[in-house]
Amino acid sequence: MVYQEVDTALFPSLTVAENIMFNTMVTGMERNSLINWGEIRKAAKKVILDLDLDISPDTLVSKLTLAQKQMVLIGRAVQEECRFLILDEPTAPLSQNEVNRLFRLIRYLASEKQVGVIFISHRLPELFQICESITVMRNGEVVLQDAEITPDVTINYIVGQMLGKTFEEVFPDRDTKHGDIIYELKDISDCDGKVNNIDIYVREGEIVGISGLVGAGKTELSKLMFGANKCGGGKIFIRGKEVSVRDTTMATKNKIALIPEERRKEAIIVNQDLISNLSIASIDKFIKFLSFVDKSGEVKNAENFIKLLGIKTPSATQKVMYLSGGNQQKVAIGKWLSSDADVYIMDEPTKGIDVGAKREIFDLIYSLAEKRKGIIYISSEISEILAITDRVYVMYSGNVQKELLTSETSEEEILYFSTGGK
Amino acid sequence: MNDAVEATKPKAGFDYKKFLSNWGSVLALIIIFVFFAVTMPKTFLSPGNIVTILRSISVTTTIAIGLTITLAVGGFDLSAGSLASWAGVLIISFFTWHQVGMWLSIPLTILAAIITNLLAMLLIVRFKVPDLLATLAMMFMLDGLSLTYSGGGALSQGMPRADGSPTFGKIPEAFKSMGQAPTIIIIMIVVVLLAHIFLTYTKYGRFIYATGENKEAARLSGIPVQRYRLFAGILATFFIALGGILVASRNMSAQIQGAAGFSMPAISAVFIGRSIAGAEKPNAIGTFIGAALVGILENGLIMMSVPYYSLDMVKGIVLAVALASAYSSARR
Repeated sequence: MVYQEVDTALFPSLTVAENIMFNTMVTGMERNSLINWGEIRKAAKKVILDLDLDISPDTLVSKLTLAQKQMVLIGRAVQEECRFLILDEPTAPLSQNEVNRLFRLIRYLASEKQVGVIFISHRLPELFQICESITVMRNGEVVLQDAEITPDVTINYIVGQMLGKTFEEVFPDRDTKHGDIIYELKDISDCDGKVNNIDIYVREGEIVGISGLVGAGKTELSKLMFGANKCGGGKIFIRGKEVSVRDTTMATKNKIALIPEERRKEAIIVNQDLISNLSIASIDKFIKFLSFVDKSGEVKNAENFIKLLGIKTPSATQKVMYLSGGNQQKVAIGKWLSSDADVYIMDEPTKGIDVGAKREIFDLIYSLAEKRKGIIYISSEISEILAITDRVYVMYSGNVQKELLTSETSEEEILYFSTGGK
Repeated sequence: MNDAVEATKPKAGFDYKKFLSNWGSVLALIIIFVFFAVTMPKTFLSPGNIVTILRSISVTTTIAIGLTITLAVGGFDLSAGSLASWAGVLIISFFTWHQVGMWLSIPLTILAAIITNLLAMLLIVRFKVPDLLATLAMMFMLDGLSLTYSGGGALSQGMPRADGSPTFGKIPEAFKSMGQAPTIIIIMIVVVLLAHIFLTYTKYGRFIYATGENKEAARLSGIPVQRYRLFAGILATFFIALGGILVASRNMSAQIQGAAGFSMPAISAVFIGRSIAGAEKPNAIGTFIGAALVGILENGLIMMSVPYYSLDMVKGIVLAVALASAYSSARR
């Protein structure tokens, strides 16, 4: 089994040899308490030679790249003489070269070592490159069993199987007359190659979606938009004027708001009450004298947003850790309403909240659009993107693959582009 | 105590565990005080002894207030005692070696301490060394710095320098009165009130707590968290250096590691005070109560003729019990 998160399965402070031989070291040495390092190194070296890996057995795993770590993990599996190898989204963090290398290794294992490989991936072109037959799962059930790859089995066919019957969502009627461009990104990249040369804009009153599968670089992009990633390049314009968004403080000053994906870790301070959480991004509003915070104004502010957003809480002094996920999300959005931000970047805002609260969050987003705010709605749920956005950018491995008008596209089309279609 | 009962009343029934967590430290303070008062009414309750207790609490509290700020921003500090000792060496050297006046010496000492401690902030904020390790390194460095600067010994009035050259400076009488009642007690009260107002009512206090509770959420709310860590570190150094000056004033000299003994009681005070009144965060008033608890305990034990070499053991046990009661009942 080779996991998606390779770091959880490896020991960073041990060498490559030790990591490859780990299971032997644990289980194969019942009688000896001394480790025979010579043997270990020899065996590990043989594995490395067999697989033609370009890694020294004495390197520490913490010094390796993600791709190399993956190779080490596969090396461990080979060393155990496994007969089946399960790879779960192995290509998600890899570059194209690294993917090719991995594929060569997989082909070698399949043909020379007679290993059966199960390759789990969202990236459909890769499946067609490497696999002999495809099984499609949807909602925990197998919907297509062992389809041999023939000219009839195309990406579009697989996408159709993944979606099953297309179901229609009810789209609320909205005024779709948009104003001027309020927020624009030009040539935005990060330093890790997870986001490359992104051009995106949003107009007043517009809800722009960013769709893409897990690992497409959406969250990384959202951090760049908010100046939360120090390392990156590109230009950001607000109402046509270039602004510097070096850090989150500058972003806040330029009235950009980020509702991050990891709510409890990044968006709210669980150990503080609603009053403090709702005023944290707009504290200057409550200062009347020197730097003293006007508590009564803050309480009024909190009560106002509790009512406006329908946050269910016994009181404003409740710690937010005791609120439900949906109500916590309302607090995370509320703190930016309090600061009167103009651009709202929402990363998976409906993650982990129930259907009712989801509806309320949607209504809230519509009302923001009516107030001529710009909204960037980031989600891997295509049905949500279709339901709420006006325009959508589809991301695939760090790039914008396609820009689409929501009214003219379909779930199939978005999925097609998110899986690397052109 | 009436307040305590009032505060818990509105809750349905009597939440015994919560009460203990919120008010256990205050309860312990009262029990210990009453116990000593009953067993040694003549000596413990004498006005002279009460002043002695308040004086010893003053230093612990002042240093502990510095640590309160450090802990509020999510940091930790092992080097407080060494930093305070360094401040003591500095101020006595200003008096005796350089004959600097008192009203210049105090700000100079605090400034020098802050500049020295910027190294700790550099390690923590810039190089991301964990607080515990960075301040451990600082502890050794500051101890060595104090000894190197003083020439390997203590400093006091009339004492020649390490190279044998005589010193002419005098430690001012006004400086002596700083470490005596009532001045030292007034200083403590002012320090506690200032810190309380700062942490509770100002924007800076808010941001410090927000950073301490959840650094990432604070950053993604537009708070420059690194700048606030630095700011909190400077402020903490200010109070710790002031504590060191008070120690020097009480002794009228700078002893080798003269303030080292205050480090652990001060950290204890912050942790004991953390849960008071359900604050569940380092706070100035709680720290004061924690320092009082530690101070009274120490004083009473000495009066009961507990040998000095066993004191730390007893203090350690009390800290362990206080922490256990505060943490075990806290909801996870």
